[in-house]
Amino acid sequence: MGDHHDTGRPVLSVRGLRVDYQLDPPVHAVRDLSLVLRRGEVLGVAGESGCGKSTLAYAVNRLLRPPAEVVGGSVVFHGPDGHDTDVLALTGEALRSFRWRRVAMVFQGAMNALNPVLTIHTQLTDVLAAHEPGSRRRDRARRCAELLSLVGVHPDRARSYPHELSGGMRQRVMIAMALALNPDVLVMDEPTTALDVVVQRDILRELGRLRERFGFALVLITHDLSLLLEISDRIAVMYAGRVVEEGTATRLLTAPRHPYTTGLLGSFPSLTGPRQDMRGIPGQPPDLTQALDHCAFHDRCPHRRDVCAHQRPPLGPAPAAGEHPTPGGGEHPTPGGGAHLVACHAWHPDRYGAPAPTALRHGTFRPTHTAEVVDP
Amino acid sequence: MRHLRRKLAFYLVALWAAVTVNFLLPRLMPGDPVDALLSRMQQTGGAVSPEARQALEVMLGSGGQENLAAQYLTYLGNLLRGDFGVSATYFPTPVSTVLTQSLPWTLVLVGLSTVVSFVLGVTLGALVGWRRGRWSDALVPATTFLAAVPYFWLALVLVFVFGATLGLFPLTGGYDYGLEVGFSGPFLASALHHGLLPAITIVLSSVGTWLLGMRNMTVSTMAEDYVLTAQAKGLRPRRVLVTYAARNAVIPSLASFAISLGFVVSGSIVTEAVFSYPGIGFTLLQAVQNNDYPLMQAVFLVITLAVLGANLLVDLLHAVIDPRTRQTGGR
Repeated sequence: MGDHHDTGRPVLSVRGLRVDYQLDPPVHAVRDLSLVLRRGEVLGVAGESGCGKSTLAYAVNRLLRPPAEVVGGSVVFHGPDGHDTDVLALTGEALRSFRWRRVAMVFQGAMNALNPVLTIHTQLTDVLAAHEPGSRRRDRARRCAELLSLVGVHPDRARSYPHELSGGMRQRVMIAMALALNPDVLVMDEPTTALDVVVQRDILRELGRLRERFGFALVLITHDLSLLLEISDRIAVMYAGRVVEEGTATRLLTAPRHPYTTGLLGSFPSLTGPRQDMRGIPGQPPDLTQALDHCAFHDRCPHRRDVCAHQRPPLGPAPAAGEHPTPGGGEHPTPGGGAHLVACHAWHPDRYGAPAPTALRHGTFRPTHTAEVVDP
Repeated sequence: MRHLRRKLAFYLVALWAAVTVNFLLPRLMPGDPVDALLSRMQQTGGAVSPEARQALEVMLGSGGQENLAAQYLTYLGNLLRGDFGVSATYFPTPVSTVLTQSLPWTLVLVGLSTVVSFVLGVTLGALVGWRRGRWSDALVPATTFLAAVPYFWLALVLVFVFGATLGLFPLTGGYDYGLEVGFSGPFLASALHHGLLPAITIVLSSVGTWLLGMRNMTVSTMAEDYVLTAQAKGLRPRRVLVTYAARNAVIPSLASFAISLGFVVSGSIVTEAVFSYPGIGFTLLQAVQNNDYPLMQAVFLVITLAVLGANLLVDLLHAVIDPRTRQTGGR
């Protein structure tokens, strides 16, 4: 996105990425998606199941398997020395050494991410052996112990098998493994889904601490928007394979601009905020085999008007300070963050044919009685 | 160690049960096997001594002078001494001698080909699963077809083509009967030459099952997060395939392997019948055709022992490959 005027140097740029699952008919899981990740920032990617979050994560590390296929766009890694790498063009040995050293990943569900038949030690040291072929066995063992103590796991546990560890410990081991090569980017796909909230909290605190120490950029992919709001610098909300809203966590919490974001915010209790009514978002995500030339959210949107069903809203700057009820924000870039972007017709009175609905401006999502457009 | 002790105790109990059933079966049979046997022996070998009759009665439980408990003790004692009585088919050769002569042939031929078939099938299956969607997928229907063809027919076709028509392999037997049995060069070469065609038929007809099972398990294991993680870690593809995907995918196949190893002895009947191979299956066939109860009883016992032994072996192997099965053992 060219309209980010930011000081943090980018580490990963995704431009116009399109990923299809080559089924019959093809499923367009990621559609013309652009995102920039800056060094050291925490970027949250939120959205319902099936909106393309995980597909995006896999595409970035070239882990898509048939029938999934990147059909367009680019992923560029900006190295610490200023050298750019076209990730989608990497093959063989170059791809192998790019993985984990540059972008490490922790996958959905800590429970299955460790090989059940190998000890923790083996799984931690084989990544070192693969990337540092000249290293000595004794050095690798020492590094393994270091990494484990780094995440608060006793080094003796290296001799254990995954089934002998608790879920929280397994997740810590995964994080230790992810940090083994001191990567520039750490992508976590639903990192805490299988854990209870107390362990979740510990792990996230641990992650924050490690990030301060090592300075990696963190991409957190989850459907849990309330969790993202607490720890992310910036959040991208995905719907039907596209980013529909992107902005700093503060902006998204205080002044969400997309009806979908307000809906998501309304469906999760905040861990720290005041009590509020919780509402779901009625309806289903759209069929991803369709072209979706209109707003993909329109049939679930309480604010829909004619234009929403015929024209796709582009991702553009969210309305400035005067137009919304909370002070501050607008186009001013925040440290480590970017501009607030939204893809919704309601903020363009000329296209929408009416001023932005009050409920939307207040960031509330009332699926039934405040719907401002009657069904045709 | 506790794990191992528990396993061994279980196998001892299973062994005792097998031996006891083996003792009871002939005693539950209608008619008098001893009389049937004696008349056969007299036809083939002339006079039968009273001692032979007594030995048969102990073995097969007829005659009825002693009570069942005493018979059982005598039977166990005979077993421990390796005394299975005298074979009627090969009268007056003791059954133990018949067994020691035929067992090695079967163990080497069928045992080796079963192991070769398993290793080949599992390796190919892992590769085919790993390279899903390429030309190697064609291996699955091809080998499954060979497995679906009735074995005796496949064997006969191969004998006809390679043995009779092309003359590449001998038609029958385990070795050239003009040679002395022993560890001599010409004998081993002859045994290998005779064994090759039967071995090929066994491998061809069974490799498909291993391949298909392993291929499917590999495909589903590849979808596991730990395989994806291994790839994301930038490990060499070979290591991802062998240590992450295949090692987990092979676990279910191991159980089937245990079963098929156990049936090495009994499953060889058709092979050995087609090739007139001097192994245990051929012997069993002879025994059945001649109502040779002592020999049958001994062969059944050997089959049971083989199943138990193979299961024990794979149980131990299982513990090496899958640490989760060691769980109950403690340390």
